[in-house]
Amino acid sequence: MDLTTRYLGLDLRTPLVASSCPLTGRLRHLQRLEDAGISAVVLPSLFEEQLVHDSLQVHGVWEETGGVGAEATSYFPDSQDVQIGARDHLALVSAAKDALSIPVIASLNGVTPGGWASHARALAAAGADAIELNMYAMASDPTVPGGDLETRQLDLIGEVRDAVAVPLAVKLGPFYSSLAHFAVQVVEAGADGLVLFNRFYQPDLDLDAKAVVPRLVLSTPEEMRLPLRWVGLLFSQIDANLALTTGVHSGMDAAKALLAGADVTMMASALLLNGPEHVRQVEQELVELLTQHGYDSVTQLRGSYSRVSMPDPVGWERANYLHVLASWAPFQAVGAAQAYRSVSDHAVQ
Amino acid sequence: MSPPSTPQTRVCLDGNEAVARIAHRLSEVIAIYPITPASSMGELADTWSAAGRPNLWGQVPEVIEMQSEAGAAGVLHGALLKGALATSFTASQGLLLMLPNMFKIAGELTPAVLHVAARTVATHALSIFGDHSDVMAARTTGWAMLASSSVQEAHDLALVAHAATLASRVPFLHFFDGFRTSHEVATIEALTDEDLGALIDDDLIRAHRHRGLTPDRPTLRGSAQNPDVFFQAREACNPYYDAVPDAVRAAMEQLGERTGRRYGLVDYAGARDAERVLVVMGSGAGAAAEAVETLTGRGERVGLLTVRLYRPFPSEAFAAALPSTVRRVAVLDRTKEPGAPGEPLYLDVVSALAERAAVTGTAMPRVVGGRYGLSSKEFTPAMAAAVLTALAAPEPRTAFTVGITDDVTHRSLRVDDSFRPAVPDRLQAIFWGLGSDGTVSANKTAVKILGEGTGRHAQGYFVYDSKKAGSVTESHLRISAEPIRSTYLIDGADFIACHQFGLLDRIDVLRRARHGATVLLNSPWSAEEVWDRLPAQLQHDIITKDLRLWVIDAHAVARDVGLGRRINTVMQPCFFALSGVMPADDAVAALKSWVSATFAKRGEEVVRRNHAALDAAIAQLRRVDVAAARAAGVAAAPRSAVVPSQAPDFVQRVTARILAGEGDLLPVSAMPVDGGFPTATARWEKRTLAPEIPIWDSSICIDCAKCAIVCPHAAIRFSVFDPGQLAGAPEDFPSKPHKSRDLPGTRVSVQVAPEDCTGCGLCVEACPAHDKTQVKRKSLNMEPIGEHLQRERERFDFFQTITGVDRRDVAPDSIIGSQLRTPLFEFSGACAGCGETPYLKLLSQLLGDRLLVANATGCSSIYGGNLPTTPWAVDAAGRGPAWANSLFEDNAEFGLGIRLAADQLNARAQQLLQRLAPAVGVRLATEILAPPVPGTPASGDRAVADQRERVARLKAALAALPPDGDVRELLEIADELVRRSVWIIGGDGWAYDIGSGGLDHVLASGHDVNVLVLDTEVYSNTGGQASKATPRGAVAKFAAHGKATSKKDIGLITMSYGNVYVAHIAIGSNERQTIKAMLEAEAYPGPSLVVAYSTCIAHGFDMTQSMGHMQDAVKSGHWPLYRYHPDEAIPFQLDSKAPSMPLADFAASEARFAMLRRSDPVEFARLMAVAEEDGRARWHYYEALATVDRSAPQLPPPPGLLTHPDGARAATSEES
Repeated sequence: MDLTTRYLGLDLRTPLVASSCPLTGRLRHLQRLEDAGISAVVLPSLFEEQLVHDSLQVHGVWEETGGVGAEATSYFPDSQDVQIGARDHLALVSAAKDALSIPVIASLNGVTPGGWASHARALAAAGADAIELNMYAMASDPTVPGGDLETRQLDLIGEVRDAVAVPLAVKLGPFYSSLAHFAVQVVEAGADGLVLFNRFYQPDLDLDAKAVVPRLVLSTPEEMRLPLRWVGLLFSQIDANLALTTGVHSGMDAAKALLAGADVTMMASALLLNGPEHVRQVEQELVELLTQHGYDSVTQLRGSYSRVSMPDPVGWERANYLHVLASWAPFQAVGAAQAYRSVSDHAVQ
Repeated sequence: MSPPSTPQTRVCLDGNEAVARIAHRLSEVIAIYPITPASSMGELADTWSAAGRPNLWGQVPEVIEMQSEAGAAGVLHGALLKGALATSFTASQGLLLMLPNMFKIAGELTPAVLHVAARTVATHALSIFGDHSDVMAARTTGWAMLASSSVQEAHDLALVAHAATLASRVPFLHFFDGFRTSHEVATIEALTDEDLGALIDDDLIRAHRHRGLTPDRPTLRGSAQNPDVFFQAREACNPYYDAVPDAVRAAMEQLGERTGRRYGLVDYAGARDAERVLVVMGSGAGAAAEAVETLTGRGERVGLLTVRLYRPFPSEAFAAALPSTVRRVAVLDRTKEPGAPGEPLYLDVVSALAERAAVTGTAMPRVVGGRYGLSSKEFTPAMAAAVLTALAAPEPRTAFTVGITDDVTHRSLRVDDSFRPAVPDRLQAIFWGLGSDGTVSANKTAVKILGEGTGRHAQGYFVYDSKKAGSVTESHLRISAEPIRSTYLIDGADFIACHQFGLLDRIDVLRRARHGATVLLNSPWSAEEVWDRLPAQLQHDIITKDLRLWVIDAHAVARDVGLGRRINTVMQPCFFALSGVMPADDAVAALKSWVSATFAKRGEEVVRRNHAALDAAIAQLRRVDVAAARAAGVAAAPRSAVVPSQAPDFVQRVTARILAGEGDLLPVSAMPVDGGFPTATARWEKRTLAPEIPIWDSSICIDCAKCAIVCPHAAIRFSVFDPGQLAGAPEDFPSKPHKSRDLPGTRVSVQVAPEDCTGCGLCVEACPAHDKTQVKRKSLNMEPIGEHLQRERERFDFFQTITGVDRRDVAPDSIIGSQLRTPLFEFSGACAGCGETPYLKLLSQLLGDRLLVANATGCSSIYGGNLPTTPWAVDAAGRGPAWANSLFEDNAEFGLGIRLAADQLNARAQQLLQRLAPAVGVRLATEILAPPVPGTPASGDRAVADQRERVARLKAALAALPPDGDVRELLEIADELVRRSVWIIGGDGWAYDIGSGGLDHVLASGHDVNVLVLDTEVYSNTGGQASKATPRGAVAKFAAHGKATSKKDIGLITMSYGNVYVAHIAIGSNERQTIKAMLEAEAYPGPSLVVAYSTCIAHGFDMTQSMGHMQDAVKSGHWPLYRYHPDEAIPFQLDSKAPSMPLADFAASEARFAMLRRSDPVEFARLMAVAEEDGRARWHYYEALATVDRSAPQLPPPPGLLTHPDGARAATSEES
């Protein structure tokens, strides 16, 4: 079975890539991933916001504890070694590059226009084979039109494109009013690939702490449907690679991603749940599935179920919903009956 | 702070760095212990060694911080005897602790240099400031003594000392004035490695090494000698001392040849035909030289003789340096030796001149002596001139003082304040700021930029007040084309900036402004609005002195560029632009490159934002048009009273003057003769520091009193009272029904003291009561003080008149119960959000009216006892904690002494009462003498109140008796029949390090003392040096790469005695356990040790989160809570749960640990892993301990219990 694929100009042994997650932040886990057969890794994001925050915090500690009184003119040794900035992160990129034979993709989440470009340069210099830009904009300001936010993001992609020569992927969220149109512009701005989708951490409420708190919830295979649809829709419509991430847990999930048109599938939650060695199982399942269905290679099946390849392309769009309802077998169980009622009530509205 | 790696001869640095740069390059072993003002010499040496900077011979000196100066001296001694080049830095009490070893080192003729930033020795009071009382106490040790009088000299003579000690084998004490020289930043020519190499003779080093201890050529040092030979042996060293002056002279000459800077053992300046000469040593020489030059310029025949080599006193050189025309000599000593015929330098001069007169047969000049400048009291050219003037009197006064008004023994000289020295044209500027607002650091930068980059000379000197929160700073800058030797504050500034608008109301910032000077205010008001916001006095000064006024809203600029409250890079370019010291563009460019160089390692964003601030600043600067105001004219408003008229007499006469910045004007008669001061004075010092204060919403309050218990400043009060108390309350005075079954029908009030609050926000953080409709709103909310000040002031005044429920009716062992008791520790000057003071406040609430405190030197002695005011207060009956500080190192012993004396007085009173029982009533006497019922401590609230009531009856009965000896004596000491609570309080520096031996002995003594250790895990007062309480992995000074060893478990060590009550507490984690521990410690009739986790700004986090950090310290296992009660069957009880949070998570939230993660992530990970294991192992050990039954065999009762009602006392033996 020929599992090879090409993503961002990189030749990969399989379409199974580890996406940016805590596992890819530790060298020993990276090595386990490689041993288990992962074809490439995306390292955790370099968060510019975090670096700026750290930088200001350390500056603040020195400044605000300095010159406090006649006896204590300072409180911390003025160590020459204290490093603020991306040193540790860049060291991880270099170390990963040294330790692994598979491609290492760095990830960047910036906040300032200059910051994106300079950090991207640093990541490339540290040895990253490609860079994944992690776009994140909360459209929470009622005075800013969506078009402005999109323009800002496209400008940033352009800046990074100008700054580095390594291939560039852009990881998007699903929340754009015309995603397909925006995707085309992202590619025009310089992206070699799109990663669908960024799965934002959603806040939670803690009644004891009386606070809004972050909470990590791992993805489920069910969540794959959203990126799957968009990969299927975008395949062959844009001149860039497609990576599907979110909800890929099994060989079947990976196969679906490829069928829809992804060049690679990315996993995080499944690896966090089952450990790096889970890659081996997914690959095995994929091979078995493809063999079972008579495929020879990944190239063969990629995009074969995409919108352009389907007899009824509308199936990828609104009608999809009708199919769901039509295929529902009613009154199978009480629980199902309730579910049916609630679904049909909703549909009526 | 690290010196540049390439030689750069012209640099700006302070005296301490000037000296450390020499000492570090010429040493192999540096043993130190922090003490103000010498600390930074050791810190710099440590920083350089930690960064791998080598000494002159390419080797990195070993820098070791010891447990005390005595320890440092021991290491020094050992290192020297083994043949190493070794040094140390110290001052004041630290030097005194080194004296025993200094005698030894000198007696063994061992080359060594000790650099001393001379500081006042504590007498009637501690003082961190400069005079020669410490070095004068060392003059009998046999060390040569070399005095420097400026930063340049301190740099140069440090080298001379190192060179001369090797040549002479006599150890050298090199000293310079604390603060005035140690902390003055000045332009100097730095000595290069080549200069050092030229003066240090490698053959002499080899000889020193050759004399070192070695088993290959074994010798014995430190024998014991008998009357037959000791004396002769002591005289054997004489030739070496005789040779010292020549050795020093030779080194000075060599230095002069290389650098052009020539020094003598003594140096004379002034008229060749002088008749009157002033003799000084140290920084006073700068001011004196300006006076002498001015007077000689007027044709007066006067001169100045500066002494540099003080021991061995160079009598011949001294006599030879004086012009033969001299008829009168005034010797100024910066020390006081009560009872002596004169101060040391005076006596030496008299002796040298008498000797010369006797030998040569010439007439001896008339020599008088006087004192000046104790504890850094200003010494100005006018004072030097006054001495010379007084010297011209027909009968010149001796044993005089200058610089103060002595209206008691009338020894002070009159000073003509209009005397102005003739000095070259220069720019003089004064900057007012707050301790943490960056004003001082900005000015240090300005001095560096101007003094290193423009060919001019610059001088910076910085004055701080004694507070930790809201400390006011004054920066004095001089810029001149000529070298600057003015060793006194600026009087006549060309430029004055006030970086905090709020100071204008409190301080007369324009007092030192010269006519026509430029004034820059950081003002929230625009150029058009500001005039009407200025105090009338300020308006008056601006008009009458014709000052040019400029404003900038620096806080707005800083906020806009994302620098928060840090305004230094906004104010700095404004100074450059307005003072004309540099073209604005050049200044901005110079400042930008400084920012880039200094902040680069803190991240690009920090550099970018500071650059933005520099650019924005100049653009925002506005001139205020005062023409209209000038035309209208402004009358100076009379200054309002500093303290209200109801303040006590002493506060009105003395404290208020000090508060007003007029302490220098107080005469001798205003001062207590023995250092005793009234307490309860902080309440008269209204500083109104907080921009926002907590405002109580009674509708949300749940009566928990957490706000009050966590408040570090006792600025949030909680009271439960009868509704009748509300009669006469201001309109809308808030109160609510109290939710308590025990106190039905009562009401609750929570009240802020608006002028005393520091705005730290801890109370709001601690408040658990949220508004049900809006979770961000609590029962306490921070609101701008402007909107609330007046009303809250009235409310607080009324609140203080409320009589709360009787403390006897409410048990103290709950948060509410404790907070119903009036704090007798209030409004301290501790840092906003201080983690120590809540414990002291709580202690004062639980036991304040029967409390005797022995307080170790440190933060708690500074915020507790630094003038002008003290937070230790009194209750309505006038009772309150009696507080005393002895030293840093002896606090446990000092407190034990207090305990023993109280017990003796109690025993004596009991004895007298037994004797007088028939006369006063046997029943009353028996009740008073009855031992306490077990389980009801003699110092419990009810027991104390009842006993006081009985003692009152006893006194009444005694007063009715014929006043014979016994009656009079018992009347005098009857109050001692009420149990005194003795608490020994201090920080970890004292308990874990310098006072460890004494503390151990006191705890082992079995006496009924209570020890409270305020453990901040670092030396807080002297600025963040590591102590043995510093945890593994924390970065501190002397642990720049993270402390590699674990924290000493002082509780566990103490528990091993078996008869000491021990508690480990953290008020932010468990208030009730804290209260319980204090009450149990008090009730336990033997020694108790309470170790209290105290957050500190040295931990590096936002102090509003203090309580949360305490909780995390406990959750992560960093600080387990427990109590060890020797009387219980299973004495050890764990009060916290097993660690439930990774230690690394706790560590990551505090800069002290996080620094290491940034500088050395691998080492951080390693130390954290080990620390995690420490915690795990400790927890298991504690869990096991919590099952151990230690009640048998029965322990003997501690000696404190052996006082029986019959007055008999069981014999105890303390000898070992």
